[in-house]
Amino acid sequence: MTQSVIELTVTDEDRRIAWLATAAVALSLVDAAIPSPLPGVKPGLANIVTLVVLARYGWATAVWVSGLRVLAGSLLLGYFLAPGFFLSLSGTVLSLATLGLARYLPSRWFGPVSLSILAAFAHIGGQLLLARLWLIPHDGVFLLTPVFAAAALVFGTINGLIAAKLLSDPPPPPEPTHA
Amino acid sequence: MPWLRLIKIGDWLVIFVAALLVGLSFPLFWQGGMADRAIIRQNGQVFADVDLRARRQLEVPGPLGQTLIAIEPGRARVLADPGPRQYCVRQGWLMRPGEIAICAPNRVSLQITGRTKVYDSISY
Repeated sequence: MTQSVIELTVTDEDRRIAWLATAAVALSLVDAAIPSPLPGVKPGLANIVTLVVLARYGWATAVWVSGLRVLAGSLLLGYFLAPGFFLSLSGTVLSLATLGLARYLPSRWFGPVSLSILAAFAHIGGQLLLARLWLIPHDGVFLLTPVFAAAALVFGTINGLIAAKLLSDPPPPPEPTHA
Repeated sequence: MPWLRLIKIGDWLVIFVAALLVGLSFPLFWQGGMADRAIIRQNGQVFADVDLRARRQLEVPGPLGQTLIAIEPGRARVLADPGPRQYCVRQGWLMRPGEIAICAPNRVSLQITGRTKVYDSISY
């Protein structure tokens, strides 16, 4: 027996991220199954997970969970490295950046609903920007902005409410300490 | 309401500002949506460039005969055309910038324009 086995130590943090990412991926599958009148108008249910993770475990964990969700979700739905993948990625990157800033809003006045709406607007902003720069290099894509913005407001509010509801319940049983 | 309790004061502010932005985005991004003028071409030459404010009718002569065009506030259409297939007539009222009715046999076209220039196709 050779002794050259590479040991990958799996921390509790890793396990938690994996579980949360799984939940997010499952929600993106549900998302994809919901018929939409216009490509790009989706409820974005997986963002509920992102919001809860952000509040419970911090921004870095939220970035991991979102990133894994985009990757695994695109693999499962078969659009990995297709245009839709990059649209999803650019929207997620921008909304994570927005959440990174917005989490410093005083939580006394701003709850998950605010974060959700801001993230949803950043998400469509990132997608429209990438679509304009790369996929459809014409200002015509911005004709869809009002529709996307309205959808972002509606779904952002609903997702934020669901996240707020989940967060208002007592947190899960204490786990081993995490940073 | 248990759900309303979850929305904090700042959240209402964000919702309000976001709704305002959404409301403003419609006229901002859809400003090309107002039809302003109609350009009528005969054999590729501009025959008439009329304002879509007054109600009037125009007769445009072509190789097959007269094409009758109706102008109304905010819209225009080809009323009658001597062409065999009547595509431009059956298009009905044109009311968005960029819309065009082409009566090819009689070499007449009717195009709607707005304040901002719009394209009828994208090439890249």
